[in-house]
Amino acid sequence: MENLNLILPEIFISLSIMFLLILGVFKNDSSKITFNLSLFAILITTIITFNETFSVTRETLFNESVVIDSMSSLMKIITLIGGFLVLVISSTYLKTFKIYNIEYPVLILSSILGMMVMISSNDLIVFYMGLELQSLALYVLATYNRDQLKSSEAGLKYFVLSALSSGLLLYGCSLVYGFSGSTNFDIISNQLNSEEYVLTFGIVFILVGLAFKISAVPFHMWAPDVYEGSPTTVTLFFTIVPKVAALTVFIRFLYVPFLNLIDQWQMIIVFLSIASMVFGAVAAIGQTNIKRLIAYSSIGHIGYTLAGLATASNEGIQSSIIYISIYVVMNLALFSCLLMLRRKDQYYENIDDLSGLSKNHPLLSLCLLLILFSLAGIPPLAGFFAKFYVFKAVLEQSMYFLAIVGLLSTVVAAFYYLRIIKIMYFDKEKDKYDNDHSLWLKFSLTVSTILILLYFIFPSQLIEVVSRINII
Amino acid sequence: MNFPILSSLILLPIVGALFLFFTKDKEGNNLTAKYVALFTTVVNFLISIYLWISFDQSTSSFQFVEDRTWIEGFINYKVGVDGISILFIILTTFITPLCIISVNNSVKNRLRDFLIAILIMESFMIGVFCALDLVVFYLFFEAGLIPMFLIIGIWGGARRVYSAFKFFLYTLLGSVLMLVAIISIYWITGTTDVVQLYEIGIDVKYQNLLWLAFFSSFAVKTPMWPVHTWLPDAHVEAPTAGSVLLAAILLKMAGYGFIRFSLGLFPVASEVFTPLIYTLSVIAIIFTSLIALMQEDMKKLIAYSSVAHMGFVTLGIFTLQQQGIEGSIIQMISHGLVSAALFLTVGVVYDRMHSRLISTYGGLVSVIPKYSILFMLFALASLGLPGTSGFIGEFLILMGAFKDNFLVAVIASIGVILGAAYMLWLYKRVVFGKLLNEDLKKILDLNRSEYFILSCLAAPILFFGFYPDPLINTIEVSVTDLINMHNTNIASK
Repeated sequence: MENLNLILPEIFISLSIMFLLILGVFKNDSSKITFNLSLFAILITTIITFNETFSVTRETLFNESVVIDSMSSLMKIITLIGGFLVLVISSTYLKTFKIYNIEYPVLILSSILGMMVMISSNDLIVFYMGLELQSLALYVLATYNRDQLKSSEAGLKYFVLSALSSGLLLYGCSLVYGFSGSTNFDIISNQLNSEEYVLTFGIVFILVGLAFKISAVPFHMWAPDVYEGSPTTVTLFFTIVPKVAALTVFIRFLYVPFLNLIDQWQMIIVFLSIASMVFGAVAAIGQTNIKRLIAYSSIGHIGYTLAGLATASNEGIQSSIIYISIYVVMNLALFSCLLMLRRKDQYYENIDDLSGLSKNHPLLSLCLLLILFSLAGIPPLAGFFAKFYVFKAVLEQSMYFLAIVGLLSTVVAAFYYLRIIKIMYFDKEKDKYDNDHSLWLKFSLTVSTILILLYFIFPSQLIEVVSRINII
Repeated sequence: MNFPILSSLILLPIVGALFLFFTKDKEGNNLTAKYVALFTTVVNFLISIYLWISFDQSTSSFQFVEDRTWIEGFINYKVGVDGISILFIILTTFITPLCIISVNNSVKNRLRDFLIAILIMESFMIGVFCALDLVVFYLFFEAGLIPMFLIIGIWGGARRVYSAFKFFLYTLLGSVLMLVAIISIYWITGTTDVVQLYEIGIDVKYQNLLWLAFFSSFAVKTPMWPVHTWLPDAHVEAPTAGSVLLAAILLKMAGYGFIRFSLGLFPVASEVFTPLIYTLSVIAIIFTSLIALMQEDMKKLIAYSSVAHMGFVTLGIFTLQQQGIEGSIIQMISHGLVSAALFLTVGVVYDRMHSRLISTYGGLVSVIPKYSILFMLFALASLGLPGTSGFIGEFLILMGAFKDNFLVAVIASIGVILGAAYMLWLYKRVVFGKLLNEDLKKILDLNRSEYFILSCLAAPILFFGFYPDPLINTIEVSVTDLINMHNTNIASK
């Protein structure tokens, strides 16, 4: 008998989704209660995940097709907390656009479920199932503001391109299956050897598909349009939660089934990393829309996480996970600021709208200042440490070129972050924005900013948690 | 000594800043905020004086050391002072309260935020000078960019945005290579603790590249020719207090870094690259002195003179002679005082006339005599007249240079003449001559606070000019040991 306790979180969240759907169908005006219940469900799932799986070193279930280890439980917790905060701060935004419906929390829950399956997958088929579940939910979320042209466009674009990448991914999976005779990661790992050149195609297809999901250059084209078009809260969801899941899968693929083929994929990852870092930094300079700018900046940040993965060491994997955790906090804080730019039921998302913010909203702009400096990687803020760990791991492997290019692109990236600060602090002020933000929005901004600011006092805690993750 | 005196020096300004942060900002001249900031910095100054008094001059080992685990098994928060760093800490704590008194007229809006920025800046600067771990040093070194960027950008002049960006990006670009070097040192030796690194030493084959990486950062910050171009822009656009901090303390971080890290950690590479430093320093001295001669803007002229003076400093450090290094340290301290004073004197007339152009002025001596006398003192100190602290520094540096390389010393000496030329010419055009500008007749002489600030700066300039012993005694043992360590390192390799 399998130990079903280990997948209790997934079971619980699936049951909650079904229950919420039934509730939504049979009860009128149930959007508020669905929202609250789904928040509750996420919270309980987080607690279950923490209780049941956090201390597990490594266990497998269902003919080793599902794996529960310290990485999967940590990443699930990050995903769940991210999902919770996104959901909790979106209500005002959704009400403003009159799209405060039951589907929103249910879709978010389903995509989280998909991601949890992805994170735990140790089998090509399980992985693909999870991926499709989360992708389908995300397509709908992108078009969620369906009366707006841009939102529909974003959803359609995302759907078409993502389907293409899923196709590539599937083709890669079938090639790998063909050569190894199994869909299980561990068996694949034992079967594969670098003699087979066609196998490299399989790996490349899978990597391309995954690179698309985390929007690494050159498979990033969808990101700016989708980020700009989607409702802001959904953009926030896009920038943090799926990235965490996709990164976990990335790590899993590279270091379990393809570990022996490191010579084949290492150069690809280094290239993806350098291209993302440089492109993310350069392309963001000309942007005028904050959401587009965040899209490019997140492309750059993914480049840094990939730099950690390229090292083929446990240090590197750990540094990537630290990076993505800090990135999640920073983006959450950044979007909380963005959601506060509201004046008379209208949201502002151009960089110029920040003009002179520091005069009217000194606290908000101070938070934004810290967040932006942190994103730029200036010490002593958390963003610096994220980069520091990554480059520490990169330099351990003597990959000097990667480190130097990466650090130089932080200088370029600093330019566009500084530009926002310049607009906030040095330019003339505009009208005031509303101050009546929801408590949760204030809460998430305060907590994440404090985490960013004071991370340097207790840097060891996060490292301690992450250092339990030993994949290789 | 169990009381964490250095940490309290670093933390106190931040506490003051936090306190200010929670007070209400008032429009105009916010006296409460000013008093809070002043109180904090004066207390900090007194603590640092106590530090100097209880400092043991007879040893070169680090004192008041605090060593705490920070990131388990990787970085320790380690601070401490020796004879070289203590003077810079005192310079910092001495200049900052003067800056705060001087903000009276130059900063019109958001005074509270300005003071917060200055206080945070102070704590980062002290941190730089007492950090004994490379990562901790880097953290403070880089963190200083944030407040300085805001000081230039928010309270600066017309081209403030351009200058702030230039300052930030230049310095950041230089520093990222240093970060690569610091992490590499960790992987090569297994530690980033400076004291341990002094003992272990770094393998010769890595030294050249690492030295260059550190150099890229320090050269931008010093600033050395040809990466000095951010300095005139930043100086000209920054508000007076910002220029003072920039010239008096920020530039010294790099000179300090050269002595502490480039010489201490990479002795072989330092010998290898001495010709490079000599060339760049000599070019800086001659070339920027000539540029300074041509300036129409007073602040720009002083900014270029700073580059020239820092050229002397780098020259002195890499003579690797006792006199040269001691001279460099004294020159840095002296330049800290003199350039601060010069920027403040320019600030005084700028507040009244709102012009920095030399041509606006002329004949000031007949209307504001007190000002003219103090200005003369500072101008003479800047050109290194005997009896001022500027002389001691330059003289020792040139003495060290003559021992090491005759030609370089001769060319550098020409720089002293050029320095005299541009300073005296500036003084002549501003203070003497006919009073042509009608507006100048109504100009007021120094008010009480300005008089106080400038006298505070004049006193140590004269005192150390006649009696440099307190400075030399403090640094002597540390410098001797640094050079001995250097020589044994060179001999053993």
